[in-house]
Amino acid sequence: MHQALLDLQGLLCPLPVIRVQNKISTMMPGEVLKVLCTDPGTTVDIPCWCRMNKHHIIEQSTTNTTITFIIEVGES
Amino acid sequence: MFMLVPNKRKAVALISGGLDSMLAAKLILDQGVHVEGLNFYTGFCHSGHTSAIRNTVAKSRPKRNDALWVAETLGIRLHIIDVIEEYKSVLTNPQHGFGSTLNPCLDCKIFMVKKAFEWMQNHEFDFIITGEVIGQRPNSQLKKKLPIVANHSGAGDRLLRPLSAKHLSPTLPERENWVDRNRLLDITGRGRKIQMEMAASYGYTDYAQPAGGCCVLTDEAYSRKLADLWEFRGSKNYDLDDIILLKIGRHLRPMEHFKMIISRDEGETNFLQGYKKRYTSLELVDAIGPIMLVDGDLTQEDYSFAAKVLARYAKQTSPSEITVRITSSEGSTKDLRVIPFTSDEISKQWYI
Repeated sequence: MHQALLDLQGLLCPLPVIRVQNKISTMMPGEVLKVLCTDPGTTVDIPCWCRMNKHHIIEQSTTNTTITFIIEVGES
Repeated sequence: MFMLVPNKRKAVALISGGLDSMLAAKLILDQGVHVEGLNFYTGFCHSGHTSAIRNTVAKSRPKRNDALWVAETLGIRLHIIDVIEEYKSVLTNPQHGFGSTLNPCLDCKIFMVKKAFEWMQNHEFDFIITGEVIGQRPNSQLKKKLPIVANHSGAGDRLLRPLSAKHLSPTLPERENWVDRNRLLDITGRGRKIQMEMAASYGYTDYAQPAGGCCVLTDEAYSRKLADLWEFRGSKNYDLDDIILLKIGRHLRPMEHFKMIISRDEGETNFLQGYKKRYTSLELVDAIGPIMLVDGDLTQEDYSFAAKVLARYAKQTSPSEITVRITSSEGSTKDLRVIPFTSDEISKQWYI
């Protein structure tokens, strides 16, 4: 499955949310976005933003300091 | 949750993440209006960065974006908009001046309502809601100043302040019966009692502490550091890293030609590590302690001085000498053995 990649490591909230929001606004429903973050706040904020806009987090994981989200764009 | 009924009026609410804007949006939502939120990111919001970096800030509270929390609690969509670049002209040249610190509150409000008005027009919404309360802030929310915001922003009478509406002339949404003026409020002043009672009645308990807590420009210490940055840089230019760094660590300027930033806890140390390619850094080699970044053109003598300052903050029990590693932004290193300054040798005058 093709995934767009957004590397947001080092950015602090709310910038990761803004970048995800702007990226997803250019994508089509069903497309998948992989997001890399380091701010622990993203574990709250990105799922919250996704719920609000009906996008689906398929996978969320943390390795060392990197937090990874796999997001499927919804019918927002 | 966001299904839009045909012909339903649409309002865009400025959502700061605080209680007032939340309640203002709630009042209009309860009248059956479709509401979406806007949150403008200037870089000067206190809560986000600081809570993400520092170990000691409000561990009992979740590290969350308050505006997102408000929107989700209200069941509305939130649009967060990066205005960092555009905001520079507001801060560096405020037409209505500053408040008691470097807070251009009136110009800031005009800017945000103007941006909301543009958004409203582009998205075919009908009016704007803010959580402004007459008399709550010493400058921007005086009754005589509210028309300035409406007029200079271009929003005119499409700007509705539901919390104080009954003290103001009816706006277009009220005159056209898009909202029922009788169900709007007449709150004034700095007191929070009514808002907190309203929050309790809606079951909102986990909201951000109300009033003025978000913008670091209203913080005297932060404004002092920003003024120092501008003065010694010789211009009012700044970038996002500059204004984030002003929130982090102790800032000391012992001499005009350089400044030191020293982390205060592990979280700040880890964060400042990320700036080692931008600034020369100093770290302790044989002791536990903070990291220091230096900004300026330092001589060898200055580096020795800075190393002694850093060594003062070592957590070890006062060894006679400590090794400090100096790493340039290009990555070259040099070790210095120094005797730490005593606390008496760190002048209070150096703290910015």
